[in-house]
Parts: sequence; structure tokens; C-alpha cells
Amino acid sequence: MPFTDHSVSVHGCKTHYRRGGKGAPLVFLHGASGAPVVLPFMEKLATRFDVLVPDHPGYGQSDEPEWLENIHDVAYFYLDFLQKLDLKGAVVVGSSMGGWMAMEMAVRNTARIGSLVLVSPAGIRADGAEPADIFLLPQEAMVRRLFHDQKYAEARLAIPETPESIDLALKNRHTTARLAWEPRLHDPHLTKWLHRIDVPVSIVWGAQDRILPVGIAHELKRLLPKAELNILERCGHLPQVEKMEEFCELVVRFACR
Amino acid sequence: MPYADLDLAAGRKNGTVWVTLPNRNFDPEKGHKLYNRYLDELEYGEELGFDAVGVNEHHQTAYGLMPSPIVTASALARKTKRVKIAILGSALPLRSHPLMVAEEHAMIDVISGGRLISGFVRGIGAEYHTFGVNPTFSHDRFHEAHDLIVRAWTEPGPFAFHGHHYNVQYVNLWPRPYQRPHPPIWIPSQGSKETIDWASHPERRYTYLQTFSPVKVVQRYLKSYRDTCAGYGYQCDDRQLGWAVPVYVGDTDESARAEAKQHFEAFRNVFVKMPLEMLLPPGYTSRESLKNVMKAKAQMFGDVTIDQALELGLFVCGSAETVTKAFEGYWREMRFGNLLVMCQFGTLPANLTRANMERFARGVMPRLKTLN
Repeated sequence: MPFTDHSVSVHGCKTHYRRGGKGAPLVFLHGASGAPVVLPFMEKLATRFDVLVPDHPGYGQSDEPEWLENIHDVAYFYLDFLQKLDLKGAVVVGSSMGGWMAMEMAVRNTARIGSLVLVSPAGIRADGAEPADIFLLPQEAMVRRLFHDQKYAEARLAIPETPESIDLALKNRHTTARLAWEPRLHDPHLTKWLHRIDVPVSIVWGAQDRILPVGIAHELKRLLPKAELNILERCGHLPQVEKMEEFCELVVRFACR
Repeated sequence: MPYADLDLAAGRKNGTVWVTLPNRNFDPEKGHKLYNRYLDELEYGEELGFDAVGVNEHHQTAYGLMPSPIVTASALARKTKRVKIAILGSALPLRSHPLMVAEEHAMIDVISGGRLISGFVRGIGAEYHTFGVNPTFSHDRFHEAHDLIVRAWTEPGPFAFHGHHYNVQYVNLWPRPYQRPHPPIWIPSQGSKETIDWASHPERRYTYLQTFSPVKVVQRYLKSYRDTCAGYGYQCDDRQLGWAVPVYVGDTDESARAEAKQHFEAFRNVFVKMPLEMLLPPGYTSRESLKNVMKAKAQMFGDVTIDQALELGLFVCGSAETVTKAFEGYWREMRFGNLLVMCQFGTLPANLTRANMERFARGVMPRLKTLN
């Protein structure tokens, strides 16, 4: 299922997104390292959904708008994005930083959101489950920590760097710092309003996540008692990569029920 | 003001003495002796005829024991009578309320009878890790804090200040600074175009102090400062330029090198060292500057011997004659109006520090003072 490149201006921000597939709209919100290429899980989901993969403001091929100062700005931006593209009943799947954005959107307005899949999301904190210091880890150690099965890390490390990929990585890193440096990877006000999320929620987490430890998953489940919690064994921070088949089946089962 | 009693092996093993070196490595009893020793040395600077003594700010590190330069400058304000006291500088973006900096500097200026030189810095990258302050707002916060401080020093209060990061309904400084319109402002920097453009602007004309860099880099940035002034349509005064460099003066070139070697190398290869991710968090510099550092990584992050440092002009060391000639040569090329000599560095002990200060003050300083 081929993906095509698109661009839309939202609140003055030229926003790049990829789109492919047919079915109900599914918006995938990427994590800190962006979504520079179409990954197998996107292709697979596109057999069942109309999949949209935007580059967040400040990431990838999207603009870096001056107004982008915090995660709340991103939440309002994406509510505008859903409206601009007239998406209805969207399945919002967010990984890590993207999961945090999904929650910040949903506490504000779920009018265009059908359900949420939160894949090892940032956004809240839990005692005894300190996130890795993603800004201090050297690059190779960071990549290794993303995965439980190191063959995925080896594959990612084997991709040669280009001047363009370095520029993109620095851009993404800058925006991640802007949004998540302090308070680190969470919004202390978010938990006050999580009860406002009135659409079905599925939480997906790798049992061996070494970026955002699985203890946070249990805290999130406590805060969102109606949500389903799926903990995948032998899996790190990116279930959509490391457990691609299981992850896609889970999304289809949850979102198409 | 390093923690000179550091177990260097512990520092090396940790990879850096910044941010993550466990503070069990700090012994308060040794610290007590060190603080008093360093303050004695700074006070001795007045006796030896230095124009100014300098203190700075670094956080949660064995590199420097002055998280608050206000404390050391305050102690010096009372103990000294003539010498200028330079805070080089206060790290504005790390403060949650810049008015505290305005107040503290004004107090020291008033207590010392107008002997304060106020330096403003952003803090180094590592301090954004230790303090949690967002480095992508570092420049914005610096500029806004600076504006608030200078207005608080110079404009009649009370007035309201409405910024993006700081909002104060009543700015009404008690005490106002002793010096009019305000203490001289110096901008210590490792060198960046943005800083030079800002510091040299005709509205500011602040003294730009290039710190601990290879001499070619010092030359490049001081020239760039002069050129920028010219671009603004005025001629740079030599007093707007400064260079901060570690110096060791011995009886002979050979003895100087032998005495300084282990202490300088500890300074450069243990106390200063930190990984790239710690030095340059996102947003602390432009992405172009960050890429340039990434390219020069091997050179910047590897060990440097004393001989390499001397060749690079990272360090000036030798007999009084050699050091004088070196600075005369550098001065003819750069015409810096201010020279800040770091007479203590790394593990340099008290006896060598004092001997270094004395030889510099007696054998080097008199001739350098005639250059201006």
C-alpha cells in the first residue's frame, strides 16, 4: 500500500505528512526521533486504515513555528490539524512523545477522536520509574536502549549518516528538548485532567522498555482505569518496530471492535 | 576555584567531574581549607597590585567550588580596599528571578564603594543538565534577564516589567548600584557570533572576554568583535576586549614547565573534560555551531599535554621574560585592553600559586601595564 507525501498549512505551520491506505482514519504521532521513513507497521496498518503520519511542528520536514514553546501548543495544533483535514472518529496512535501529544489532545477535545492507542507514552511520571536521560546518553547507547532485541539496534546503527540525516536528527532533538526538557518528559498538570478522556484507550508497553520503564504503564492504567493495558514481553520502547505483527493485530482488534 | 583535593582517578573513571560525579567525593573539611586558601589568594592579589580579582559561577562540579560568585565576591568586598572585584559572571538564565542578580550585584557595588565589575553569562551547557533549565530558551532568558537587570539599575522605580519569561509588577531596586549609570558589564564567552553581535552593539559596548581557548581562536573572535564594531559604525576601544588564560611563571622556562605540568594537565584533562552531549545540549548553541564542534570532536575532547597546550596558546608558561615577551607579542596582534590571568588552575597547590602570582606581579605585570 503506497504512501504519498502531502503538505498542509496549520496555524501558519507548513506541515508535512505521509498518507496511505483505505478505511477509518488513523493518525500516527511519532516519537522523539521523528518518522523519516515509512516503516513496515505503517504499511501493515494501511491495509486496514487510512493512515496519516505527520511530522510534528519542529520535526522532520515540517516548519519550526515561532509559537512552538510547549506540549500544549502541539495539542492545539493537532486538534486544528484534525479539523483542517476534516478527519472524523480518528484512531490516534502515539508513540512515546507522540503518545503524550495524543493525551494532551484528548483531555482538551475528543470530538474528532474515535480512540487512542498510547504506545509507551511520555507525559506522566511514576515513582520508582525514572526515564532514561535521553539528552545525556551518547547516540549509540541511546539507540541500543530503544530495543530489547539488539538486532534491531544493530540494524538502525548500520544505516549510514548523511548530512541531511544529521540535520534532521539535530532539528528533532532541538524540538524534543523544547517540549520535554523541563519538567522532564511529562506535564505535571496532565494527570489532573486525564478523566476527561471519554474515548476508548489502549495502553501498549514493552516489558523491557529502558527509556520509559514499564512502571509508568501501571501508573497510567491507575489514572485511566477503563483503559486496556497490553504489556508485551521481550520488547523495548518501540513495540511497533520490535513486535510489529503483534502490535498491528492489537491495534486492529482494539480500533475495529 | 577547583576542588583541588579531588581524587583524579575517580574523576577520570567517571569520564567527567561535571553533573554526575558523586558528591561523596567532596570532603567538607578539605573544602573548608580550600575556600579559605582561595580567598586568601584572591586577597593577596590586591597586595600584589593586580587591578582586579575575578570570581565565577559553576554548579555541581569539582571544576569550580563557586555555585554562587556572590558569596565569594561579598567576602572580598569587605576584605579588600582598592582592587576591583569582577564577577565573571552570573549565569542569568539559570536564575528563576533576575531581580535577585540585580540586587546582589548592587549590594556588592555599594558595599565595595563602586568596585564591582558585573559579568553576565548563560552558564555552560552542563549546567542546563544540572539545573533542569530548558537550554532551548537560554538565549531568550539571558536577553530578557539582562534587560530587566539593566533597567532595574538605571530607571527610576517603581515601574512594571512585562516580559515573556519574567513579569514583575514593581521593579524598585533597593539598593541602587554605587556606580553610574551602573557597574561595567563584561561578557565572558567561549566565542559565538550571536554573543559578539549582541555585546558589541552600540547601545551596549560591553567588554567581551574570550575564555580558555587556543590563541588562534582568541585572535579570530577578538578580530570579529572589532570588525563587528566597525560594521556598527564605531571604532572598538581596546578596553572592550579581554582574554582569560591560565598562566604559570617560574624562575626559568624549564622549572616553570616542570612545576606546572601535572597541575595544568589535571585541569585540562580531568577538570574541564565532559562529553559532547553534556557540553552542548540542544538549543544552547545554533545547530551550525554544534555541527562544527561535532566535526572537531577528536581535537576538543581528547587529552592535551602541556607541550601541546603551549603550542596552541591554550596556556602561557615560562620565565617572567618568556611570559612577558609572549604577551607583548599577543598584545601587538590583538590589542586586548584586559588580560585575566588564571594563576591557579587544576591541582596547583598554594605554594606554587602564590609563587606564580608573585612572579607574574613583579616580573610580568609592570611591563604589560605600559602597553596600554
